[in-house]
Amino acid sequence: MSLPAFADLLERLVFTPGRNAKLALLRRWFATQPDPDRGIGLAAIAGELTFTAAKPSLVRELVATRIDPVLLAWSHDYVGDLAETVALIWPAPSPPPNRPPPDLADVVETLELAPRGEVPALLEGWLDVLDPGGRLALIKLVTGGLRVGVSGRLARQALAEWSGRPVEEIEEVWHGVPPPYLPLFAWLERRGPRPDPKDMPVFRSPMLAHPLEAPDIAALDHTAFRAEWKWDGVRVQASAGPGGRRLWSRTGEDIGGSFPEILEAMDFDAVLDGELLVMRDGQAAPFADLQQRLNRKVVGPKMLRDFPTGLRLYDILFEGGEDLRPMPYDTRRDRLEAWFARARPDRMDLSPQIAFVSLEQLTALREGARAAGIEGLMLKRGDAPYLAGRPKGLWWKWKRAPLSVDAVLMYAQRGHGRRSSTYSDYTFGLWRPDGQGGRELVPVGKAYSGYTDQELVWLDRWIRNHTTSRFGPVREVEKHLVLEVVFDAAQRSARHKSGVAMRFPRIARLRPDKPAAEADALETLMAMIESASG
Amino acid sequence: MAAPHPDRWIRITPQGLYCEPGDFFIDPVAPVPRAVISHGHSDHARPGHDAVLATPETLAIMTARLGEGRAGHSQQPLGYHQPLTQGGVRVTLVPAGHVLGSAQAVLEWEGSRIVVSGDYKRQPDPTCAPFEPVPCDVFVTEATFALPVFRHPPIAHEIGRLLDSLRLFPERTHLVGCYALGKCQRLIAELRRAGWDRPIHLHGAQAAMCALYERFGLGLGELRPVPRPARRGETVLPGELVLAPPSAEASPWARRLADPVTALASGWMRVRQRARARGVELPLVISDHADWDDLLATCAEVAAPEVWVTHGREEALIHALAGRGVRGRALHLVGREEDEADPLDLAAEPAA
Repeated sequence: MSLPAFADLLERLVFTPGRNAKLALLRRWFATQPDPDRGIGLAAIAGELTFTAAKPSLVRELVATRIDPVLLAWSHDYVGDLAETVALIWPAPSPPPNRPPPDLADVVETLELAPRGEVPALLEGWLDVLDPGGRLALIKLVTGGLRVGVSGRLARQALAEWSGRPVEEIEEVWHGVPPPYLPLFAWLERRGPRPDPKDMPVFRSPMLAHPLEAPDIAALDHTAFRAEWKWDGVRVQASAGPGGRRLWSRTGEDIGGSFPEILEAMDFDAVLDGELLVMRDGQAAPFADLQQRLNRKVVGPKMLRDFPTGLRLYDILFEGGEDLRPMPYDTRRDRLEAWFARARPDRMDLSPQIAFVSLEQLTALREGARAAGIEGLMLKRGDAPYLAGRPKGLWWKWKRAPLSVDAVLMYAQRGHGRRSSTYSDYTFGLWRPDGQGGRELVPVGKAYSGYTDQELVWLDRWIRNHTTSRFGPVREVEKHLVLEVVFDAAQRSARHKSGVAMRFPRIARLRPDKPAAEADALETLMAMIESASG
Repeated sequence: MAAPHPDRWIRITPQGLYCEPGDFFIDPVAPVPRAVISHGHSDHARPGHDAVLATPETLAIMTARLGEGRAGHSQQPLGYHQPLTQGGVRVTLVPAGHVLGSAQAVLEWEGSRIVVSGDYKRQPDPTCAPFEPVPCDVFVTEATFALPVFRHPPIAHEIGRLLDSLRLFPERTHLVGCYALGKCQRLIAELRRAGWDRPIHLHGAQAAMCALYERFGLGLGELRPVPRPARRGETVLPGELVLAPPSAEASPWARRLADPVTALASGWMRVRQRARARGVELPLVISDHADWDDLLATCAEVAAPEVWVTHGREEALIHALAGRGVRGRALHLVGREEDEADPLDLAAEPAA
């Protein structure tokens, strides 16, 4: 199949908000496309295909030879995006060339082999035989600007659904097979053996915890459990060995490029589970500091100095070639401590175990967990093996009680998909002095969860009846309705007009009974900001 | 004696184009004594004129939309290609290919000819007669999609994408936003042509115009209203097609549909940012207006040395025409673009 089929897939993925719909689109792609195109398309979507055969400036130069500069400038102005403008405006030659559009594989293989000087002519030849959708896909592909809102994790989930193999098994071979993944597809279609990643570092699906709710607490046999702090960082898997070093996110994205200092410190042969944190003098910094380091392609020396990261380890999955996952947690903990004492890796420490004798004591510890960088407690069964996914009853996360403010609803936005006819995203604000002796509301956050279905219906109606102005899908409303908003932490933020950012805000209660003037002031929220020290 | 230039007998007034010797307006925006109406969209067909001349189809559409008595105190139907003389001006209506009954007004006076094309398209449309180019001294054109980024794909391609989506998501309603006059019926006719023979469900706003099209002999197959769910919280019409006004997808009415795929049929859907701003999941590039290539091709076919541009992106069209040796003139007529208003301006939603 050809590039136009890939263009159709991209077009649908870009506009499809729903996860299930995206999965359906991907499943069909795997089912209907031949090798190697389906694998190349998958790699391109999953961000595994890094090639920049052409710069956007080349595309601009090509189109400039064919289009009146005034019309091009007006068009670019109107469309906004250069690649899209070129894709739409590209004049097909007359008569049209008598060639079929290229295969995805043709494009990728030809560009990999072509001398740089031949790239412009190749591109022109392809642009001439494609329709606007195909041209856009081609330009985005070759300039490395493909963004369709599909994570690697989602793509692997689609592979699992399509093939009937568990996603954890796919994760374990995925990173050992390069695009276009022919052995992987052969295995998934029961035509070939399970690909052997050999020494290549691969991602192991992590063990996840369930939130501990009131009924679970009552049933908990606390003597069977060990306690650790729940750190407010990013869960990672550090995998190093003879085949290389990788730092994976919880969903299997390779995030090592953003954290070169961690990769450098991974001078060992093991697979470790832990929390990535900004650490200063052994103290975990607030999550907002770590945010400075996330999703960066280039990490400068200033970043490394101002926001130094470290790894707080809590589990060991492999030591050397030995798979420790079937062992009980207590045994793995012993192995982790022994390994750590020997290896002494830079930038890493052990997440301490917390001694306790009773549930009451644990409860008190959780209540007192107000230090930045701590979200609450983790409870792990001492006899539990390390199991992929979220097995019930083995690991619990027990978050500390949330903070709360009474805020005033300011703006509402329609949701997507199922919620596209409902105002389900709410921006709320708190009072502050307006500098002229009065008070004004300043937006402090946005929430789109926490309410019940009935509350959602009520809110939607209230918003439609109290709208003061509209901006596209957003409505500004009368500043009358008070919402009780709960959140996990407040953090200083230069990016927010209010100077403060909330972690996981959600709507706890509607307070139509409360006058807006009695909602909280910004300073109340500012007082909840935590210092970096414990 | 040389024929008079059309700017000597056609004037631009606040109400719109005025033919002085014939003493009538073409598509005036305010009530006038005598009006020639090109087609039934409300930006061209306003209420309250005394005498209205239009095709029988357009008169029927106006009456249906504006109400008895508001679509001209006296109506004069004029079929295509049947010239009529008014104050020495010969008036002929020629198909414009835009919607049912849409016409270009060909006006001739003392050897000079101007063609006021109204809105038009060149793509085939099974629900109306195709556009006919008429050579003239001045061609009056719209410019809704007058940028070279606007090139509409063949409609069969877009219908194919819609039917493909129905196959892929058989459990979801496909809600297609489309304008009630013209676009809706064209979509239905093209869906039938592509083999979709299941009932098509209509929002209440679409039904009346479909019935009118059928009275003019255009069969649209089985059309049904959108039912209410039997119980609160349930949904209806999984895997079925529903056609509704473009704003309906944002209204509480849409909640009765089964996890709808929201589609929108409009020429503006060519540009991703426009589709995204509307939150459309399946943008369909389907327009009843001429695209960039067709605007230029049409101007070349009618071979007019001068082109007047009523509304839209006139500067780009005039710039391109100048490069082809044609004089362009922007008329800046106000109050146009009912059926294909720019979606970013369409934020306003119905109250319910």
